[in-house]
Amino acid sequence: MSELIDLTAAQAAERIRAGEISATELFEAYRERAAADELNAFTWVAEAAPESNGNASKPLGGVPVAVKDLFCTEGVPSQSGSKILEGYRPPYTATVVAKLDGAGAPLLGKTNQDEFAMGSSNENSAFGPVLNPWDRTRVPGGSSGGSAAAVAAGSAPWAIGTDTGGSIRQPAALCGIVGLKPTYGACSRYGMIAFASSLDQAGPLTRDVTDAALMFRHMIGRDQLDSTSLEYPGEIAPPSSEDLKGIRLGVPEDLTGAEGGIEPGVRENFEATLALAEQLGASIEPCRLPHAPHALSAYYLIAPAEASANLARFDGVRYGLRVDGDQDLVTMYSRTRERGFGPEVKRRIMLGTYALSSGYYDAYYGTAQKVRTKIAEDFRAAFERFDFIAIPTSPCTAFELGAKLDDPLAMYLNDFLAVPMSLAGIPAISIPSGLSDGLPVGFQLAGPAFSESRLLDAAHALERAIQFDGGRPMTDGGGNAT
Amino acid sequence: MLDRDQVLHVARLARLELGEQEVARMAEELSKVLGHIEKIRELDLEGVAPTSHVIDVVNALRPDDPTPSLPRDVILAAAPEPLNDGFGVPSPGAA
Repeated sequence: MSELIDLTAAQAAERIRAGEISATELFEAYRERAAADELNAFTWVAEAAPESNGNASKPLGGVPVAVKDLFCTEGVPSQSGSKILEGYRPPYTATVVAKLDGAGAPLLGKTNQDEFAMGSSNENSAFGPVLNPWDRTRVPGGSSGGSAAAVAAGSAPWAIGTDTGGSIRQPAALCGIVGLKPTYGACSRYGMIAFASSLDQAGPLTRDVTDAALMFRHMIGRDQLDSTSLEYPGEIAPPSSEDLKGIRLGVPEDLTGAEGGIEPGVRENFEATLALAEQLGASIEPCRLPHAPHALSAYYLIAPAEASANLARFDGVRYGLRVDGDQDLVTMYSRTRERGFGPEVKRRIMLGTYALSSGYYDAYYGTAQKVRTKIAEDFRAAFERFDFIAIPTSPCTAFELGAKLDDPLAMYLNDFLAVPMSLAGIPAISIPSGLSDGLPVGFQLAGPAFSESRLLDAAHALERAIQFDGGRPMTDGGGNAT
Repeated sequence: MLDRDQVLHVARLARLELGEQEVARMAEELSKVLGHIEKIRELDLEGVAPTSHVIDVVNALRPDDPTPSLPRDVILAAAPEPLNDGFGVPSPGAA
């Protein structure tokens, strides 16, 4: 049994297609581990392997996928981590989930997350916090914390999450796995319970870069049901690079200063990884992204503004919770929302409503969208001189549960190094680059729009050189240590 | 920066019936966050166009082919109060 779990998703798919192992057996091995999970990573686990439906001959071979709760899955609970959607079982399935299923990756389970994807610690969930498999007293990061913890603990071969301002990359970094935030529009958003529509993007959380490429390849493409989705230019091939010859890496000094709050251990690991990249043939130079330090402020206006509009739909009328309003419609709305939303979601709705309210719109939302333009211009200018931007994924390693829960601003600062790419709509990948005090550190590479193939290739070369050992949480930190 | 009355006003706009303690906490927390965010207003953004979409998309049209919608009973199955083939809501006059 344990040998099955040791295989990466790509290896498992290969073996199934070669007839060496059975897809049902693999599903069952993971299903058992997911059902026994002690990290609170899952909100729902499939009861049985799907009927044999030819998955074994499909590209993903029947290797099951864990799916963040906010992806709608027909007949399967989908609450986006919120009490306000208690009991909701959608009548349709999100496009990316359907695409992965069609390519041979059936649904293993739904994973815990911060409520409506708002958070960087997975503590804002109606299902309670997820524990980090490297140290159960610490957070897994967020908002795709359940997906990251499940993959790191070996209770899922791979998972999908969403990234609005770092929600794939940061938990991937804190859990020691790979996370890819794609170019905005690469993957359909249809069926994702929306947080901030101009930023939300689905992407893979995987054990290695090869798995990320394989999964991403089957997630992309234009979808008639999402008018912001795009025909992806070109194919995503399995990454094969073993060096970084000719690759120019820019290190944005505007983000690595004191304001970013990068911990010494993270900085040390980052420098060591840059040195490794240099040994592999990359050139490394400082670069400027002058507006990037303002990305966090712009983000915390734009994302809450969009969220306040998107979350207006939760009003106790069409789905989920309803709280009695003494026969008054507005009272019913207000009480349902008061009772159904958690503190962080309310905070962001309030912030967004304020930023969009009469008299403040230009000063806040309008200004933020202008800053966004400048940030995208900064990146465009940087990519004229550099292939990729290199930066730590998160300023810190996994912090203790509760450490930042009472200080929203401190929590938001976790996203300082991740939101600039989100605002610019460009792809970025986080790979594990080592440990600091026994906890994983993430190394982030960002490239121009639609550069995922090159990005994955470069990440692959680095991954080979780093030789990160992510095995420990699979045995002693995982759900069912057998 | 945000006082109690402003918080109550925004909460009304957002249809949130905040409790007394929440109002006080929200005023404090939002003021702190806005204090940090304020800094972007110092930037010179004269003549900068606000972002409307991050990736260049000229138009996104699809063929106008009618397709069947989900059946009404399937949609109503998720509603807290399905009523006469529709969504039941409180009506002030009905009590």
